[in-house]
Amino acid sequence: MNRIDALFQQKKKEILSIYFTAGYPKLEDTCTILRTLQAAGADLVEVGMPYSDPMADGPTIQESGSVAIKNGMTVATLFAQIRSCRAEVEMPIIVMGYLNQMMQFGMEAFLRSAKEAGVDGLIVPDLPADVFEQEYRDLFNTYGIHLSFLITPQTSEARIRHIDSISTGFIYVVSDASITGAKAGISEAQIAYFKRIEEMELGKPRLIGFGISNAATFHTACQHSQGAIIGSAFIKSIGADERDLAARITQFMDGIRPPV
Amino acid sequence: MNFEVDNRGFYGEFGGAFIPEMLHANIEELRSQYLLIMESADFKSKFQALLRDYVGRPSPLYLAERLSEHYRTNIYLKREDLNHTGAHKINNTIGQILLAQALGKTRIIAETGAGQHGVATATVCALMGLECIVYMGAIDIERQAPNVARMKMLGAKVVPAHSGSKTLKDATNEAIRDWIGNPVETHYIIGSVVGPHPYPDMVARFQSVISLEMTSQLMEKTGSSNPNAIVACVGGGSNAAGAFYHYLDATDVRLIAVEAAGRGIDTGESAATSVLGSKGIIHGSRTLLMQTEDGQIIEPYSISAGLDYPGIGPLHAHLIETKRAEAIHITDQEALQSALQVARMEGIIPALETAHAFAALNKVKFKASDNVVVCLSGRGDKDLNTYIKKLLPNE
Ligand SMILES: Cc1ncc(COP(=O)(O)O)c(C=O)c1O
Repeated sequence: MNRIDALFQQKKKEILSIYFTAGYPKLEDTCTILRTLQAAGADLVEVGMPYSDPMADGPTIQESGSVAIKNGMTVATLFAQIRSCRAEVEMPIIVMGYLNQMMQFGMEAFLRSAKEAGVDGLIVPDLPADVFEQEYRDLFNTYGIHLSFLITPQTSEARIRHIDSISTGFIYVVSDASITGAKAGISEAQIAYFKRIEEMELGKPRLIGFGISNAATFHTACQHSQGAIIGSAFIKSIGADERDLAARITQFMDGIRPPV
Repeated sequence: MNFEVDNRGFYGEFGGAFIPEMLHANIEELRSQYLLIMESADFKSKFQALLRDYVGRPSPLYLAERLSEHYRTNIYLKREDLNHTGAHKINNTIGQILLAQALGKTRIIAETGAGQHGVATATVCALMGLECIVYMGAIDIERQAPNVARMKMLGAKVVPAHSGSKTLKDATNEAIRDWIGNPVETHYIIGSVVGPHPYPDMVARFQSVISLEMTSQLMEKTGSSNPNAIVACVGGGSNAAGAFYHYLDATDVRLIAVEAAGRGIDTGESAATSVLGSKGIIHGSRTLLMQTEDGQIIEPYSISAGLDYPGIGPLHAHLIETKRAEAIHITDQEALQSALQVARMEGIIPALETAHAFAALNKVKFKASDNVVVCLSGRGDKDLNTYIKKLLPNE
């Protein structure tokens, strides 16, 4: 069974997913971050493939991506790194990236390499549902790689139902009309939106992401979903300095979910 | 061969709408409404009245006699430089502001490279009393200072884009991010035939007034509505799309698309997308773009801020791939020399972008009997600093 499905079968709430940019702060940090996140209690991890023009991302992810590209991160390097430490990491691993890099690598080659590296799913914000269905769905099935689509406060009910039917693994609930980036808190309007989605009783589990930044916002999001995703706040907390990287990761994670 | 966009938004294999879900509702609203609005009697009468009385259309088609003599052919200039605000860009912004109003939008955002599209957007926002925010690369803000001042005078807020190469592609990213954050009340006026469907088709339709006028002007002046060739510069490709539009299916009309080679195609400092580019996604469109082997978008280079874009519109990718259009590449130096030549021979100072189109006349052979239309996309006032520095350093 795909590790993502196994996770959602076994755990129904408070799922904590962490997004980080591969190749940041340093090229070779990917496995250190994966191992430390696992030890610190992350349930799921999203590895960001750094891209020159990340349309849906705010300044923190943009800047970490520029640093990672300068550090020499490439698609092939990322897969090699994940493969090298996959045996030590039990969590599902999702790669998040933009379609252009996958097209350049070749979608089939990309999915094959992802599978070989031990990747369980992808998030591709600029891959539209209709193109996925017409051009790529069979390939994703062949390689057993899941794909989570996004929904937003503007997504119509009919479209949410459709996205529920084509997503594999989980649905990514974008918390607000916004790009990625930490925000002050979660508003009443956002909670009403989370509830509206919750009441639709969708077939797939939901993780809420964008603007989830600390214990308070994580727990609020978890009240209306199976879990939530923290990205920019995590990247900010680990900072540009590589020394004590593991300690800073653990400290951040303890702040979100105190060790039991 | 069919050069019209299909119902999924593609020209052959190019185009489409590769957008994050956060933009889906906006793009879907536009896609479902743009043709209905553009074809309504109300829209048409307002659009035509503004183009005539405010922009000053039709723009003249002028037989450039001294240039014609020099190149031993008949060169006609389609004078988009005489439009209000000095370039073809206003044709599109007039259309899009009326569309935005029909959609009930109250806040306008735009990206700009040379600043011509920013000025044209700031202008129509002032005309309609709408809030206007223009994203512009930090580097372009420096090299196009006169246009920054014009936008401010017109009441627009100019926001510098500091990400990436700090030029047009980054300004476009910032505008898209703004739209993601303001999905309900904002309309994004894209400045060229780029971006997700329906933008390339919508902008091409607004610019198609250029070739529509050419058909009757050529008929009157030459006895035929078709020229032998049309030459236009291509950044994203909107003036070229407008100048080619009514001739796309007239395959005996040569379509010549002129790209910026920067310091030279092989120098690593170029914007010649049709040779240096490969298939990929940029700003929501599947098209040709300059990228590394690993799929990172390459920062392009051209002396001209309006041609400094790593992609081309999907229509042009399709025209070039199917060989309907020829692509010509012009260096900074060649463009500068042509600007000086046109200034001294015709008394017209063209924009640096347009100077690339003129320089193509040195590279393509025409017959003495040929009628060649050069789309004079804009005037060179905004480029005078560059011209003086590069061409007349001692004066
Ligand atoms: C005068 C002029 N011509 C051409 C262009 C290039 O744009 P497009 O290729 O969309 O016509 C610009 C862009 O700023 C411009 O200002």
